[in-house]
Amino acid sequence: MHTDVLQSIESKEWYMYRWLLCFRYLRTRYIALASIISVTLGVATLIVVNSVMAGFSAEMHERLHGLASDILIECHASGGMPDPDGHLEEIMNVCGDDVVGSSASVHVPAMLGIDFNGQLITRHVNFVGLDPETYDNVSHFGRYLLHPENQSQVDFKLREDGYAPDREDFPGSGWLYRRARVAYERALAEEKARLEAIRKPANSLSPENPGPPVGGPSMQISPPQIFNENSEIAASEFDPAVEQFPGIILGISTCSTRMRDENNNVRDHYYCRPGDDVRMMFPNASDNAKVVNQKFTVVDMYESGMSEYDSTFAFCRLDQLQEFRGMIDPATEVRSVTTIQLKLAEGADLNAVRDALRRRFPPNVYAYNIQTWRDMQGPLLAAVRLETTILNILLFLIIAVAGFGILATFFMIVVEKTRDIGTLKALGASGGGVMSIFLSYGLLLGFVGSGAGLIGGLLFVDHINEIASLIEKVTGQEVFDPTVYYFTEIPTIIHPFTLVWVMAGAVGIAIIASVLPALRAARMHPVKALRFE
Amino acid sequence: MARKMNSETVLQARNIHKSYHKDRIEVPVLRGVDFEVTSGLVTALVGRSGSGKSTLMHLLATLDQPDCGEIHFQGERIDNAPRSRRDRYRNHDIGIIFQFYHLLPELSAIENVLAPTMIGKSAWNFFLHRKEARRRAEAMLDRVGLLHRATHKPTEMSGGEMQRAAIARALMTDPTLLLADEPTGNLDTETGLDILKLLTNLNQDDGLTILMITHDDSIAESADRCHRMQDGQLQQELPELQIA
Ligand SMILES: Nc1ncnc2c1ncn2[C@@H]1O[C@H](COP(=O)(O)OP(=O)(O)O)[C@@H](O)[C@H]1O
Ligand SMILES: [Mg+2]
Repeated sequence: MHTDVLQSIESKEWYMYRWLLCFRYLRTRYIALASIISVTLGVATLIVVNSVMAGFSAEMHERLHGLASDILIECHASGGMPDPDGHLEEIMNVCGDDVVGSSASVHVPAMLGIDFNGQLITRHVNFVGLDPETYDNVSHFGRYLLHPENQSQVDFKLREDGYAPDREDFPGSGWLYRRARVAYERALAEEKARLEAIRKPANSLSPENPGPPVGGPSMQISPPQIFNENSEIAASEFDPAVEQFPGIILGISTCSTRMRDENNNVRDHYYCRPGDDVRMMFPNASDNAKVVNQKFTVVDMYESGMSEYDSTFAFCRLDQLQEFRGMIDPATEVRSVTTIQLKLAEGADLNAVRDALRRRFPPNVYAYNIQTWRDMQGPLLAAVRLETTILNILLFLIIAVAGFGILATFFMIVVEKTRDIGTLKALGASGGGVMSIFLSYGLLLGFVGSGAGLIGGLLFVDHINEIASLIEKVTGQEVFDPTVYYFTEIPTIIHPFTLVWVMAGAVGIAIIASVLPALRAARMHPVKALRFE
Repeated sequence: MARKMNSETVLQARNIHKSYHKDRIEVPVLRGVDFEVTSGLVTALVGRSGSGKSTLMHLLATLDQPDCGEIHFQGERIDNAPRSRRDRYRNHDIGIIFQFYHLLPELSAIENVLAPTMIGKSAWNFFLHRKEARRRAEAMLDRVGLLHRATHKPTEMSGGEMQRAAIARALMTDPTLLLADEPTGNLDTETGLDILKLLTNLNQDDGLTILMITHDDSIAESADRCHRMQDGQLQQELPELQIA
C-alpha cells in the first residue's frame, strides 16, 4: 500500500519531459523567483485594489440606491402634481408589470432653525413629507433611523427613550429628556423671576445693568425668542412636558458636527436631539408663495452614511406637510404631491421604464423630471468607474513590467540551456517540443506567481482592517478618517470574475513574455547548440 | 557471430560534401565522402582532430544537412526527409553518445534514460506505459552497471558513470544503430577501456550495430571495419591489412 502511493507519486514525475524539465527549471533557477515575485505583487495589488474599489462602489451603490428609489418622478411646479393616485394609475398603465412599489411624497426646500444656547443655527435642508406606510417600499429609510423601533416601523411620535442604543456618546433623548428639560427650564424661569423680583429695587439704581444676554453663548437655556409666535395656535395652552409638535426626523449632519477632541478621538456634537423643538421655514404651495413658519419636535435622526443626504434631509409626515403648505384643494379634498417614487421588480430595465414614462409624460407638456437613481448619481458613479479603470491600467502596467522581467530571465535561461536544447534535439525533440518547454515554463511561472498573488491578495483583503489598524499604529496616521468617511470598516467585495481576469491577464502576460525566448530556443541549430561551450 | 554473417547495410552515405562558412570564407570539411555501416558490426571512423569526423556524424544523425550528397538509412533517404521523420529517426532508429555525455543536468540518471521515451511518446501514451518504460530504463541502467546510481544527478557522477548513463539512454528506444562520437575521448585510459568493453559486449551479446568515431588508432583496431578520414575523404582500411 505504502509503496503503491510512492509509486504513484513517482510516476507523476515522468509525466512528460517538457513538464518535468520546466518543473526542474523552476526549482533550480532562482532567478525565476524574481519574476515570480513581481507577478505575485502585481496580482496581489490588483486583487486588493479591485476588491476595495468594488467594496466602496457597492457600498456607495447600495446606499445611493437605497436612498434614492429606482425611479423618481419630480414635479417642478411649486404646487406639485394633483391627484397622485390618478398619476399612479397612469404609471401602472405604462409599466405596471415592472413596478413593485410606489410612494408619493412632497419635497420642498426649507430652512431649519435650531436654538442652541440662545443662538439660532440655521441650515438649508431638503424637507420631505413622506408617507410612513409606503416610503420604506421604495427606498431604505427606516433602517437609517436611530431608534430601533423606528427602524422597523417609522413613527413620527417622540419615543420615551432608547435612541441609538449602540452609541455611547449619544446624548439622552426622548420624552425622558424632554420632561427633564422642561422641568429645568421652568425651574430656571421661576428662579429668574424670583431673582428679578429681589433685584428690582436695585435695578432702578444702576442703569448700566446690561440685562439678560441676548444672542450670545450662555449657559442658560431660554425658550426661542427669535421666532415670532404667530403660527402657534393657543401657545399658552401647549405643555411641552406632555405634548409635542408635529414630528420631524433630521438628517444627522444637519444638527451635528463631527470633530476630534484633544485626544484625537472622534466626537459628535449635537445642536439638538430627539425631544427638542426646532423650527422649519418653507414656502407654501400657492402661486403667490409665502413662508410657512412651523415648529416641529425632533423625534429621531437619520444617518445613512452618505454625507450628501445626512446633511440636507429632514422628514415629516406627508399629510402634515400637505396641510402646512396648503396642498389640499379645499373644494375637492384632492391632495397634491411633488414627487412619486417607484420601486421596480428585480431585473427590470430601469432605462426602459424611464423612457416609457417620459413618453407618457413628455417634458414639453408636463414640468416633470423623470430620472433613474443612476441618472441622479451619474457623475459620481462615472467618477468611481473611471478611477477603477485607471487604477487597473496602472496596475496592469506593473504586471507588464514583470513580463519584461520574465522575458529577460528567459533569454538568459535559454542561453544557459543551449547545450541541453541541443541534447533534446539530438534525442529527437522537435522544435515545437523545445518551444513548449519554455512556453510551459512561462505558463508555470505565471500560474505560480499569480497563484501566490491570488492567495496573498485574498489574505490581505480578508485582514484588511487589521492591516489598516496596524498601519495606523505604526504611522500614527488614520487610514480611514471617520470624520470624512462614515465607514467604520473598509468595505471589500471579491468578484470571482475579477479574480479570473486578473489571473488570466497575469498568466497571459507571462506566456507572451516567454514566446520570444521559446521561439529562439526552438529555432536553435542543434549542432551549434551541441558544440556550444 | 551468426549475425555478423548477415551483411546488410544499415546506413549509407554517398558523395557527401559539407563546408562551413566563416566570414565569407568557405572552409570545406567533407569533400565527397562515401561510406557505409553494416548491420551487426562495429565500424570505426578514425581521423585526426578537426578532420571532420563529428561533422560527418552530425550529418548521419540528421542534426545538420549536407551541401550535397545523400544519406540512406535502411534504404530510405533520410537527409532530406520531413522534419518529423528526422525527429523520429533520431529518437527511435538511432542512438547517439557524445564525448561530453550531454546528460540533462536537472534530471537524475534514470530520468535521463527515460528522456527519449518521454520525447517520443505523447504525454498520455507515456503515462499509460510509464511502468513498462521505467522497467526498461532500469534494465538499461543495469545493463551498463549503473542501477545503484539511478537517482543520482549527473553532477554527482564520475565521467565514466555519466558515459554509462548516456549509453543506457541511447539504448532506451532499442535503436538499430548506435553512433558514438569519441565516447572515450574525455575519459582516462582505464575508464575508457571499460566503456569500450561495454560497447564491444553490446555488439557481441546483443548484436548492436555501432559506428565508433575516434582519433585513437588503438581503439579503431578493435573494430570490425575501419575507415580513415583524410583530407575530407574516407578510405576503408582492412583490419587484415593493418595486421599485416
Ligand atoms: N560552425 C563552424 N564554423 C566553421 N568551422 C567549423 C564549424 N564547426 C566545425 N568547424 C570546423 O570543421 C572542422 C571539422 O570539425 P569536426 O567535425 O568537429 O572535427 P573532428 O570531430 O574530426 O575533430 C574543424 O576544422 C572545425 O574547425
Ligand atoms: Mg569531434
